[in-house]
Amino acid sequence: MKRIGDKIGQTVIWMTAAVIVLLMLLFLVMLTTESGLSIQRFSWRFLVTSTWDPVHLIFGALPFLYGTVVTSVFAIIFAGIVGIPSAVFLVYVAGNRLRTWLGALIELLAAIPSVVYGLWGLFVLVPWLQNTGEPFLAKTLGFLPLFRGMPVGVGYLAAGIILSIMILPTITSLTRDILLTVPNELHEGAYALGATSYEMIRSVVLPYARTGIIGALMLALGRAFGETIAVTMVIGNRPEISGSLFSPGYTMASVIANEFTEATSQIYLSSLYEVGLVLLIFTVVFYALARLLVARMMTYRKGGASE
Amino acid sequence: MTSMDMTKAVHWRKTKNRIFFGIIVILTVVCVLPLFMILGYVVYRALPGFSMGFFTRLPAPTGIPGGMANAIVGTLEIVAVASIISLPFGLGAGLFLSETRAVKIQSFIRFLTDVLSGTPSIVIGLLAYALIVAPMGNFSGFAGSIALAILMIPTIARTSEQVLRLVPVSLREAALALGATRVQVWMRVVIPTALSGILTGFLLAVSRALGETAPLLFTALGNQFWAKSFFAPMAALPLQVFVYAISPYKDWQQEAWAGALTLVLIALVLNVLARLIGRTKR
Repeated sequence: MKRIGDKIGQTVIWMTAAVIVLLMLLFLVMLTTESGLSIQRFSWRFLVTSTWDPVHLIFGALPFLYGTVVTSVFAIIFAGIVGIPSAVFLVYVAGNRLRTWLGALIELLAAIPSVVYGLWGLFVLVPWLQNTGEPFLAKTLGFLPLFRGMPVGVGYLAAGIILSIMILPTITSLTRDILLTVPNELHEGAYALGATSYEMIRSVVLPYARTGIIGALMLALGRAFGETIAVTMVIGNRPEISGSLFSPGYTMASVIANEFTEATSQIYLSSLYEVGLVLLIFTVVFYALARLLVARMMTYRKGGASE
Repeated sequence: MTSMDMTKAVHWRKTKNRIFFGIIVILTVVCVLPLFMILGYVVYRALPGFSMGFFTRLPAPTGIPGGMANAIVGTLEIVAVASIISLPFGLGAGLFLSETRAVKIQSFIRFLTDVLSGTPSIVIGLLAYALIVAPMGNFSGFAGSIALAILMIPTIARTSEQVLRLVPVSLREAALALGATRVQVWMRVVIPTALSGILTGFLLAVSRALGETAPLLFTALGNQFWAKSFFAPMAALPLQVFVYAISPYKDWQQEAWAGALTLVLIALVLNVLARLIGRTKR
C-alpha cells in the first residue's frame, strides 16, 4: 500500500516536470501554427519590410524590431551606467544595515506594476520631455541626428527612459549578488599590493566579475524586450522608423497589445502572431545566453575554491 | 622619481579614489530616486479621488462619479484562480528540481523553467488566446487566470526549488531511516520545513501577477459591469487603469490614479508580507 502511494507521488512529480516541457512546446507550436499564414505569404521578408499596412494587407515587422532594439539598448546603457556603480556602492561602501535597506528599496522598484510606470510616464515624463527635456537636448546635443526633430514627448526617448527605470532593479540586484561572490583573498591581495579601493575595484573586481555582469545585463535586456504596457503608453505607437530619438515609434510587444483585438482579417491576426513568435525567439535566445554566462561565472568560482 | 613626485602621485591616486566614490554615491542616489518620485507622485495625484465610492461603485460614463468595484473583485477572482492552478504545478516542479535524482533531466527542466520565466507576458497572452479564447469563442476571466498561471508557475518552481534545497539532507535521511517513503518525506518533512520560504516565493509570484496588464488584454478583456460569470469577459484592475489612463477624460484619468495607488498598495503589502514570512523562520 505504502509502495503504491509512493509510486503515485513520484509519478505526479514527474508529470509536473513534463508540464514545463509541454508549456514550452505549446508556445513554439501554437505560435508557429497561428502565424503560418503570414509566414507563407511574406516568408523572411516579413523581418525586413518596413510597411505595416492593415488596409492593403501588407505586413512587415521591421519598424517594431527597430523600436524594440532601440528602446531596449538605450535602456540597458542608461540602467547599466546607474545600476552597476550602485551595486558597487551596496557591496563596497554601504554597511550591512544600509545595504539591506537600500536593497529592499531597489527591489520595491521592481514590485511596482508596469501600468503604474506607464501612467507616471504618460502624465509626468512625457510632458516634461516635450516642454523641457527634448528642447534642451536639441539645443545642446542637436548636432547629433539622434536629438533632432519635433519635441513631441512620446517616442523612443520616453520609452527608453521608462524602460531604464524598470530594469534598474534587475541590473542592480543581480550585479550586487555577483559582486558578493568575489573571493575576499582577491580584495586583500590587491590592498596588500598598495592599491586604493578604486584601483582594487577597477583592476581586480570588475575583470573577475565581468562575465557575470554581462550576463546580468543580458537578462535585463531580455526583460526590456518583452516589456509591454508601460512602453505602449509612452512610445507613441506609430509604425515608422526614424533616426531621431524624439520621434514616435512602436515596439513588437506594443503592436500586439494595441492591435490584436482589432485585427479584422486572418492575415492581420497571423502577422501579429508572427511578431509574437519573433519576440519569443528573441527573448528566449537572450535568456539562454545570459543564463549560460551567469552559470559559467558560478562554475569559475567553484573551480577556484577547489584548487 | 624624487620623493616629491612620489607624494604627488600618491596624492593623485587618493584623489581619484575620492572622485570615484563621489560618483558612485551620486549614482546610487539616482538609482533610488525614481522610487520616491513615482510613489510620491502617485500618492499626490491619487489621494483626491481615493474615496469609499471608488471601491464600491461601478465604472460610469464620464461626468458621473464612478469606481472600480468590479475591477477590484475581478482581479482578486482571476488571481485567486491563477494561484490555485499554479501552486501545485509550481511546487511540483520545484520538488522535481530539488528532490529527484535525475540530474541531467533536472538541469534541462531548470533551463526551460528559466526560459519560461523570461517569456514576455504579452506572448503568454497570445498563447492563452490561441489555447482558450479562440476555441471557446469568447473572452473570459478564466482565460485570464490561465495566462497568469503560466506566468506564475516558473517563478514558484524556481523559488521553491531554492528553499527546498536548503532543507538539510540529515532530516531527509532521518525520516527515511524511520521507514518513511520518499513521498512521505516530501509531504511531512521537506515541505513543512521549507514552508515559509515556499510561501514567500508564492506571495511574490502573486504580487507580480496582480500587477500584470499585458496577459489580460485579450484574455479577460475587461468589462464595464459585473461579469456574468467566470467564463465571460471580466474587468481587472490593471486593465481598467490602462484603459482610463489613455482615455481623454479628466475624471477617468483621476480614477486611473486611484486605481494605480490601489495596485501599488497591494503590491507593497504583499512584498512586505513575503519578506516578514521569509525572515521569521530563518
